[in-house]
Amino acid sequence: MAGSVAKSTVWIAGQNAGVDRTVLLVVPGVLFVILLFIYPFLYGLGLSFTPKEGGFAANYAKFFSTPYLSQTIWTTLSLAIPATVINVGFALPLAFHLRHASRPQRIISGLLVVPITLGTVLVAEGLLTYLGPQGWFNRALIEFGLINTPVKLTHNYWGVLMSLVVTGFPFDFLLILSYITGIDPALAQAAATLGAGPIQRFRQIYLPLLAPGLAVVFCLAFVLSFSVFPSAILLGNPASSTRVITIAAYQAAYEDYDYSLASAIAMIMCAVQLVIVAVVLSIRGLFYRGPAGGAKG
Amino acid sequence: MSAAGPAGLGTLRRPHRWIEHLWSATIWLAMGFFLLNVAGVIAVVTVSSFASRWLGTWLPAGLTMRWYATAWREFSLNYVLIATGQITVLVVAISILIGVPAAYALARRDFALKRAVMLLFLLPLMVPPISYGIPLATVLYQSTLGGTMWGVVLANLVPTVPFVVLVMMPFIEQIDPRLESAARVLGAGTGRIFIHILAPLLAPGILAAALLVTVRTLSMFELTFLTSGPDSQTLVVALYYSIFAGGVRASQSIDAMAVMYMVNTLFFLVVALRFVNPTQLVTRVKEQPRAD
Repeated sequence: MAGSVAKSTVWIAGQNAGVDRTVLLVVPGVLFVILLFIYPFLYGLGLSFTPKEGGFAANYAKFFSTPYLSQTIWTTLSLAIPATVINVGFALPLAFHLRHASRPQRIISGLLVVPITLGTVLVAEGLLTYLGPQGWFNRALIEFGLINTPVKLTHNYWGVLMSLVVTGFPFDFLLILSYITGIDPALAQAAATLGAGPIQRFRQIYLPLLAPGLAVVFCLAFVLSFSVFPSAILLGNPASSTRVITIAAYQAAYEDYDYSLASAIAMIMCAVQLVIVAVVLSIRGLFYRGPAGGAKG
Repeated sequence: MSAAGPAGLGTLRRPHRWIEHLWSATIWLAMGFFLLNVAGVIAVVTVSSFASRWLGTWLPAGLTMRWYATAWREFSLNYVLIATGQITVLVVAISILIGVPAAYALARRDFALKRAVMLLFLLPLMVPPISYGIPLATVLYQSTLGGTMWGVVLANLVPTVPFVVLVMMPFIEQIDPRLESAARVLGAGTGRIFIHILAPLLAPGILAAALLVTVRTLSMFELTFLTSGPDSQTLVVALYYSIFAGGVRASQSIDAMAVMYMVNTLFFLVVALRFVNPTQLVTRVKEQPRAD
C-alpha cells in the first residue's frame, strides 16, 4: 500500500515538472498525419517543380498555355459554383426551419445521411437510369404534360450538376444544422419578447451569429463540388463539357505516367480552392465585424 | 416557427400567420421533392437488379434473382468482398489504436502547440481526398506500397485517424476526470485505470467511432481508387469499374452489385445511427441546447 502511494506521488510530481506522459499519447497520431498527409503534399509540391523536361516551372507553363488543360479550371468552376450556390441556398432555409430538436429533425437528418453515405459512385449509377431518356424522371415530366419528348439529362453538364446536388445538399444541410443548433434559442426568444417578428429575428439574431459558420459551410461545399470526380466521368461528358480538373490530373498520372505534371495540376487545384476560400472569407469580413464567437458553442 | 416565441405574441401577429404557413408548406414541399428523387435513385437501382427485362416501361416485365448470381460470378465478388472486409477491419483497428489515445491527450491536457495539433488533425478532413490523393499515391507507389492492400489501408487511414480523434474528443471530455484521480488515489496503475475505468466508459464512443469509420471506408472511393491494384479493390471501386465499362455487362448485373454495396454500407450506417447523431457524420459533435 505504501509503495503505491509513493508511486502516485511520483506521478503527480512528474506532472508538475512538465513531463506529462499523457501528452505523449498524441505523438503517434501527429507522426502519422505528418508522414502520410503533410509529407506527400510537400513531396508533390517539390515534384511539380521537377518536370520531365524544361525549366522548374515548365509544368505550370504547360498547364496554362495548353487550353485543353487550363480550360478545365473554368469547366470545374462552372459546375462547382452553381452547385454550391444551389446547395447552400436551399440548405440554409431548410436547416433553419428544422432548427429545434424534434422528431422530424431527427428523421430528415437520418434520411439525408443516406445519399452522403452511399457516395458519388452509387448516386451516379442510380442517376444514369433515373434521369435517362426512359427513366422515371423524364416519364413523370411527360406524364404531367410538362414536356413532350424526354430531356437529355445524362452524359452532359446537367447530370453532373444533379449528382453534385444529390450528394452536396445533404452535406450542407447537416453542417448548417449543426451550426444553427449551437445558437442559444433564448436569444431569439428574448428578441421575440421585445417584439421582433420571424424575419427580423432571422436577420438580426440568427444571421449575424451564423455568418462565420455559414462562410465555413460555403467554403467546404465549394471545395467538395470543385473536387467532383467519379460522377463527372460516369454521368457527364468527360471528353469535353465536363472535363473537370480532377480528370486532367488523373489522366496525367495514370494514363501518361507524368506524376510531375499530375502533382502540378493537383497543386493548381488546391490553389484555386484556396483563392475561392479566401474570397468567401473576405466577403464575410466585409459584412460582419462583430465578435466571431457569439453564442455558438 | 412560432414554437420559439411566447404564445401571447402569436395573437398580435395574426395577419402574418398565413405567410408562415405558406413558408412552412414550401419548405416541406422542397424537402419532400428532394427526398422523393433520392428515393427514386435508390429504388431504380434496386428494381433494376431484380428485373428480368426492363425496356421503355415504368416497371420491368418480370422479376428474377439471377442477376445476383451473374454479378457474383462476373465481377468475382467473393474476392472483392474478402479484400473489402480485410481492408475495412485493418483501417478500423489501426485508426482506433492511433486515434483514441490522441483524442485522450487532447481532451484531458492543455499543452503548447495544442492548437497546431488540432489544425493538423482538421486538415485531412477539410482537403478533398482527390487533391492529396494523387501526391499520396505517388509516394506510395515509389515505396512499393502502391497497388497493395497495405497501400490502400494507409491511404484510407489519412482521413479516418483525424476523424476518430474528432469523434472521440467529446466522448472523453464528458467523462469526469475525478474518476481517474480517485482510482489513482486508491492505488490503481495506469494500466488498471485504463482497463477498469476508461475502457468501459469509452466503449460506446469507440463502438460508434468504429462503425462510422467502417461506413467511411466502405464508401471511400477516391483514395482507394487511386491507390488500389487489381487484388486490393474495395466493392465501391469494383462498382466504379463495372459502370465505367458500361455496355460490356448487362446493366441489371451492375445494379445487383450496386445493391450489395448499398446493403453493406447502409447496414453499418443504421447501426451507427443508433449511437450517434447524423450531424456527427459531417462535423464535430455539439450538444444541442433544448428548445422549449
